[in-house]
Amino acid sequence: MSSDNNRTVRRVTAGTTESPWVRRVLIALALGFMFLFLVLPLAAVATEALRKGFGAYVEALKEPDAWSSIRLTLIVAAITVPMNLVFGVAAAWAIAKFEFRGKALLTTLVDLPFAVSPVVAGLIYVLVFGAQGWIGPWLAEHDIKIIFAVPGIVLATVFVTFPFIARELIPLMQAQGTDEEQAAIVLGATGWQTFWRVTLPNIKWGLLYGVILCNARAMGEFGAVSVVSGHIRGQTNTMPLHVEVLYNEYQSVAAFAVASLLAILALVTLVIKSVIEWRHEREMKAIAELPPERPNP
Amino acid sequence: MAGVSSSALSSAAAPLSRPGGRGAAKRVLPGFNITLGFTVFYLCLIVLIPLSALVFKTFTLDWAHFWSAVTSPRVMASYRLTFGASLLAALVNLVFGLLVAWVLVRYKFPGKRIVDALVDLPFALPTAVAGISLTALLAGNGWIGQFLEPHGIKLAFTPAGIVIALIFIGLPFVVRTVQPVLEDTERELEEAASSLGATRLQTFTKVILPAIMPALLTGFAMAFARAIGEYGSVIFIAGNMPMISEITPLIIIGKLEQYDYAGATAVALVMLVISFAMLLVINGLQGWQRRRSGDS
Repeated sequence: MSSDNNRTVRRVTAGTTESPWVRRVLIALALGFMFLFLVLPLAAVATEALRKGFGAYVEALKEPDAWSSIRLTLIVAAITVPMNLVFGVAAAWAIAKFEFRGKALLTTLVDLPFAVSPVVAGLIYVLVFGAQGWIGPWLAEHDIKIIFAVPGIVLATVFVTFPFIARELIPLMQAQGTDEEQAAIVLGATGWQTFWRVTLPNIKWGLLYGVILCNARAMGEFGAVSVVSGHIRGQTNTMPLHVEVLYNEYQSVAAFAVASLLAILALVTLVIKSVIEWRHEREMKAIAELPPERPNP
Repeated sequence: MAGVSSSALSSAAAPLSRPGGRGAAKRVLPGFNITLGFTVFYLCLIVLIPLSALVFKTFTLDWAHFWSAVTSPRVMASYRLTFGASLLAALVNLVFGLLVAWVLVRYKFPGKRIVDALVDLPFALPTAVAGISLTALLAGNGWIGQFLEPHGIKLAFTPAGIVIALIFIGLPFVVRTVQPVLEDTERELEEAASSLGATRLQTFTKVILPAIMPALLTGFAMAFARAIGEYGSVIFIAGNMPMISEITPLIIIGKLEQYDYAGATAVALVMLVISFAMLLVINGLQGWQRRRSGDS
């Protein structure tokens, strides 16, 4: 009898997991794939940047054009991220906390920039602000430069990073519902007080998460910025564009030196993201386990 | 932990819950008019008005000019390359993305958390950096290229290199859409299947695979859509030979550099229409996923 039971138990566990060697092969295949496609490219950036030694690496980064590209990238991110942050919070508040007609359409439209090719994203701003664009002649008359200048780079970057923060906040705020905010309002808090003291503490990790991803993309955007920048060395080259210029001039060490800074940015982004996830895994799980809101019949 | 990242990074994952009937109570909260007004205003200013410029610019072309711009042999070759390479890369990501998601959800091994974090690298690493480092690896003197070149296998500066770059940038999509669904699958069903005599492979193909199919296809469609528009990582590794290794976004750039704004706009409109179509497909797949998880 008992041996019969044992056999059944063994068969059931055998039926819900794989045999050890299958497991090992699958793990090896997955890790091999990740090593080839993720670890090797990162390692290549580091070795290529340090090919001629640490001195040459530092020299490449001290170059004035490299510096100006770093400065421009920081400026662009410093304008882009706050703009999309304000938009993301406003959009999430309207979409997650209220019911209105056309909500599904609005949510889809917020996602739209993710679907558009970066090159097309750059092109549409050329068609609006470029010399032959809609308001190009007017801008030229008033001596305002947008395309082939910093404002165009900022606009193209805002476009490609448009959904990041909103996309992070909408599902989070929908899952949290409106009960806490309603209680605060009923107890006499103003709208701002409710937002700062009730909503913001609830969404701060999702918000930070969206901000670092938005920032990483803003600093690393290539295609859209490439179309609107005009590639003026020392003036309108962001870091990714400067990498391209150096690479095409066969200055491999310098190209990979600037690229290594962007790779470090990517790694820092992944570390912050993972720390947020690990520290608040439980918190997130608790939110995820809330019963989903269902339409009333 | 995967749920958060997929919603942040993938192109469209918001569950549209509709707490209907509570609308009246919700209006207790302030700020509806101002936040919705600002959202619509900003959306129009940054996205809709500039995109409409593309459509209006195309209307200034006569049909014959438009048609010849979007169907010239060089442009047609670029469509074939862009779609073929994107499809191939998305298929590779479908298989290996499922494998990575499976291994991360079902097995324990040392360094698992680092591997899990590393999956998002293609989202965080600028595409230009990915492009030059993959080229350095696959070129004749690179770490991988030096072993392949003597056997006559050339990857860098060929269409095969494009596929590899697109596999890199599409890798997280399938993993991050399948991972949370795989975590939520009910092990009881697998136990039931097994106790009814199914082999492990039968359980996988008949019980697990149908359950994760919507997520798998969503990830596949996202990787495919992203690959079609990709520019930065591809141009370094492609070699960019007209008719052979020239992708459609590069055609647009080339036309712009020759001040052929009309031609660039025409090709861009074709790409935009395809993007819209992909967005609709992805939304449809996610609706399927939501209904599936709502049923269980």
